[in-house]
Amino acid sequence: MTLVAPAVTAPPRTGRKPRRDNRFAAWLFLLPALGYLVVFFGYPLAANIAMSTQDYTVKSFYTGEAPFVGLANYAAVFGNPLFSAAVLNTVLFTAGSLLFQFGIGLALAVFFSGRFLGSALLRSLLLLPWLLPLVVSGAVWRWMFDQDHGVLNAALRLVGLDAVPWLSSTSWALPAVVLTNIWIGIPFNLVILHGGLRAIPASLYEAAALDGAGSWQRFRHITWPLLRPVTGIVLMLGLVYTIKVFDVIMVVTGGGPANATQTLTTWSYRLSFGDFAFGQGAAVGNVLILVATVFGLLYLRSAKATLAEAAA
Amino acid sequence: MPVARRALVLAASAALLAACSPSPAPTTSNNAQPAGSITELDYYADEQGSAAWQKILDTCAGQTGVKIERQKVPTNQMLPKVLQGASSKTLPDLLFTDNPTLQQVAATGALTPLADYGITTDGYYESIVKAGTYQDKVYGVAPGVNGLALIYNKDLLTAAGIQPPKTWDELKAAAAKLTKDGKYGLAFSAIPSEEGTWQFLPFFWSNGAELSQLDSASSVKALQFVTDLVNSGSASKSVVTWNQNDVADQFVAGNAAMMVNGSWNLARLDEQQSLHYGVVPIPVPQAGAKPVVALGGEVGAVPVTSGPTQQAAGKVLSCILSEPTMLEWSKAHAYIPSKTATAAKFGAGQPAMQAFVDEVGTARSRTAELGEKYPKVSQALADALQAALTGKLPADQALKAAQQASGS
Repeated sequence: MTLVAPAVTAPPRTGRKPRRDNRFAAWLFLLPALGYLVVFFGYPLAANIAMSTQDYTVKSFYTGEAPFVGLANYAAVFGNPLFSAAVLNTVLFTAGSLLFQFGIGLALAVFFSGRFLGSALLRSLLLLPWLLPLVVSGAVWRWMFDQDHGVLNAALRLVGLDAVPWLSSTSWALPAVVLTNIWIGIPFNLVILHGGLRAIPASLYEAAALDGAGSWQRFRHITWPLLRPVTGIVLMLGLVYTIKVFDVIMVVTGGGPANATQTLTTWSYRLSFGDFAFGQGAAVGNVLILVATVFGLLYLRSAKATLAEAAA
Repeated sequence: MPVARRALVLAASAALLAACSPSPAPTTSNNAQPAGSITELDYYADEQGSAAWQKILDTCAGQTGVKIERQKVPTNQMLPKVLQGASSKTLPDLLFTDNPTLQQVAATGALTPLADYGITTDGYYESIVKAGTYQDKVYGVAPGVNGLALIYNKDLLTAAGIQPPKTWDELKAAAAKLTKDGKYGLAFSAIPSEEGTWQFLPFFWSNGAELSQLDSASSVKALQFVTDLVNSGSASKSVVTWNQNDVADQFVAGNAAMMVNGSWNLARLDEQQSLHYGVVPIPVPQAGAKPVVALGGEVGAVPVTSGPTQQAAGKVLSCILSEPTMLEWSKAHAYIPSKTATAAKFGAGQPAMQAFVDEVGTARSRTAELGEKYPKVSQALADALQAALTGKLPADQALKAAQQASGS
């Protein structure tokens, strides 16, 4: 055996240190995206942060004059008894929606990963909630929730249960909007998880079946661990979308009754366009942006880790 | 979760934020050339109201020779749209907005006094003039106003042997007696917004309460009265989720024997051949008292644009406020003409409207007392209403909290 000296070739110079005009070209290509980011994300964000430190009134829109008040808006918002209620509602709404959207979405994804007659048709029908405008689904649910004539209570009465004051009771309204949001969110979870399931090699299941693994064991030891990266993405995206849900709540309950479904988003809107306290509305909006950003960064980190894992 | 739709909401809020950039005060050009066309903004978005309004605009375009480019937005988009326009200097030349928001818009300095166009307020109901007045100058006048009354199902009341109620005691008794067979005696709206406050104000004001003190004894009594109607089962607990259209739906469907609603809904009731309804003023605390409802309706205003377009907009507004157009609009949309003499003429020919006409005489402007502070107080009052109706707080504590929230 002849020892061949390892051919250590130096990487081409140009690849390591891009020449000046190359770098210039790279920036040139980045420019449109950068410009877009600055105009459509950077500017509103900066404006919103600036607004939260100003006494911004209806007048300010016209004259542009809004005195700087430092953190007074934040102090007012944090000192408002509605703040803790809105935070709690936001947490309950987000956690409740995510848990069931994901759980039901996963169950359906597993169900539809088996091949059977009509599977594709049923799956596409399940996308319906996703295709409907939110205002439409919200209005339909509001109608179904009606205490006296709604179809939900009619069904409950049919099986001998008492009617539920879905939207008129402070304890039922939040579960009702969560239920609506779960229904709306299932297709997203179903689609992404279904895609993730298809990426798992069938040979693993065949091998497991040969080893005598039951369906639960196959799910527990193959599906669940291999689906983990997709699970992370679905939950993280779901969280960021759910935390800022506005329209569903606005259409179904308007934040009521008695603020029982007031979340940070609806409260921010109310402060701005109900009380015309635009600075306070902006402050609540910023709190929300901060929370969403934290989770967004966590998502990026986990996505990076997943990529590294896949590369390894 | 629909990604794209959430993104839309985000984009909408971004647009809103972008509209907040500070900009210099406008300069009024003194160019006196007459303008050939103006833009107009209103929120008559429902089919019937929109068609009726379009006819009025067409009439006035013909009479003044000014071309009118109309924009309409849903009610809740009106103020955001106006604020955007104010900050980007793209306000319409003529604006029709809900009268309680006029103070907010006038406070920005974006409106011109109507005296500039020779529009006077002679002969108008004092309350509507007050609603359009900001710091002693009139910035908005309405061609028609509206209010709330008690609308009842004649057949159901006759079958139960009940006369339309005039006092609170009679209303309570009638509502209780009419509540049976899955029907409620009374329906009204108590949603957590201006609409809820607007529906509660007739009870609040008729009992002598004032917006400057939400937790007075007369205020507590008014809220307790409404709360009792719900707690006794005479009105559905769902009133906290019904807007005025939902209330009208319930009435049309025969689920409620009486309802508190506005004149603009009468056309809808007329469409139902089998429905026989009557209208009486809102019942009062004691016999002989005058009902005090809140004044509704949209006021026309001319924003600061440029000399010629302002003059053209003023000309169009004068036409809309002239007696023939005022009558035409009132008939088409079931409003009450905002001039006392015109209203009297109008009421005589429309028996269903007479109750509304009677009430306008004693109606109050929501913003007359508080001006720009009204929206915050209104929110607080709507909150108190919701807290009491859902049983979260007793009426007195709910109003105490409201007074604190509105005062801070």
